[in-house]
Amino acid sequence: MALKASDLSVGQVHEEQVCYDLSRTQIVQYAGSSGDYNPLHTDEIFAKAAGYPGAFAHGMLTMGLTGKMLTNWVGDGRLTKFGVRFVSQVWPGDTLTSKATVKEIREEGGQKLVDLEVETVNQDGTAVATGHATARVD
Amino acid sequence: MADQFPIEAGHILLFARSVGDANPIYYDEEYAKKTEPGAIIAPPTFVQASAQFTEDYGLRPKVGEWWFGSGKEPRGSGAPKPPEQESGGGGGGGGLHAEQHYEYHRPLTPGMVLHWEREPGETWEREGRRAGKLIFTESITKYYDQDNNLVITARSVGVRTERPATQG
Repeated sequence: MALKASDLSVGQVHEEQVCYDLSRTQIVQYAGSSGDYNPLHTDEIFAKAAGYPGAFAHGMLTMGLTGKMLTNWVGDGRLTKFGVRFVSQVWPGDTLTSKATVKEIREEGGQKLVDLEVETVNQDGTAVATGHATARVD
Repeated sequence: MADQFPIEAGHILLFARSVGDANPIYYDEEYAKKTEPGAIIAPPTFVQASAQFTEDYGLRPKVGEWWFGSGKEPRGSGAPKPPEQESGGGGGGGGLHAEQHYEYHRPLTPGMVLHWEREPGETWEREGRRAGKLIFTESITKYYDQDNNLVITARSVGVRTERPATQG
């Protein structure tokens, strides 16, 4: 189930809600699976002592959630590049929506590719991660 | 021995769950056989879990060692804090992840065993609006499979802040 270049147009947008009311438990799950046990993300007491309002999500959890939107759209094993900047923190309770916008449809060595601008925003519309991805298309 | 990351199906399943991704290609072998990759693959950010298999990774508690997360005290638990260790592990949480970029060269599948080469990239500074001086450090990691095929190139940018960065 891959995208067809002929079905894509520059400016086309695809979006998906990638988490709803992010739970502290999901952040703990991510710590366990990724191996990033930084207590800033899972330990409210530590995070407050370190000067933060509370524990907040790993940037890489946001990137993982964003990646789910991409693979759901472009298909499995189709990404050739994916990169983001973490521009704002993600807190427990946040609801995140990820969006991909088609920037360019091109061909490289006989392979059709789509370049995407990627953005994940929270429930207030504030960007939490912004970046780019490239995927092989048919 | 150099660090090695064995790619295991169970670990991929747990990772996919942790990013809320129910795509059966991450756990159902029969389903995966009928897809284009033809096998279970790992989600796009899975290689970050190489941290689990990095011996000197500072953000994982180690048996018998002091850990900087809370126990009886808000900061620091486990074994007594070694006197020479001012902040331990992640430096009391002053370091954050600023950027992450991947280039995918071949699919990451169970049975692969990754090893990697890490090289430092650039370092730069910027004045932040809330967190004071920001120091950015880049590193580039090339992940290879057991046959030395390049699988993923990762570019990571970390940032250290003068004050806690409380935005959002």
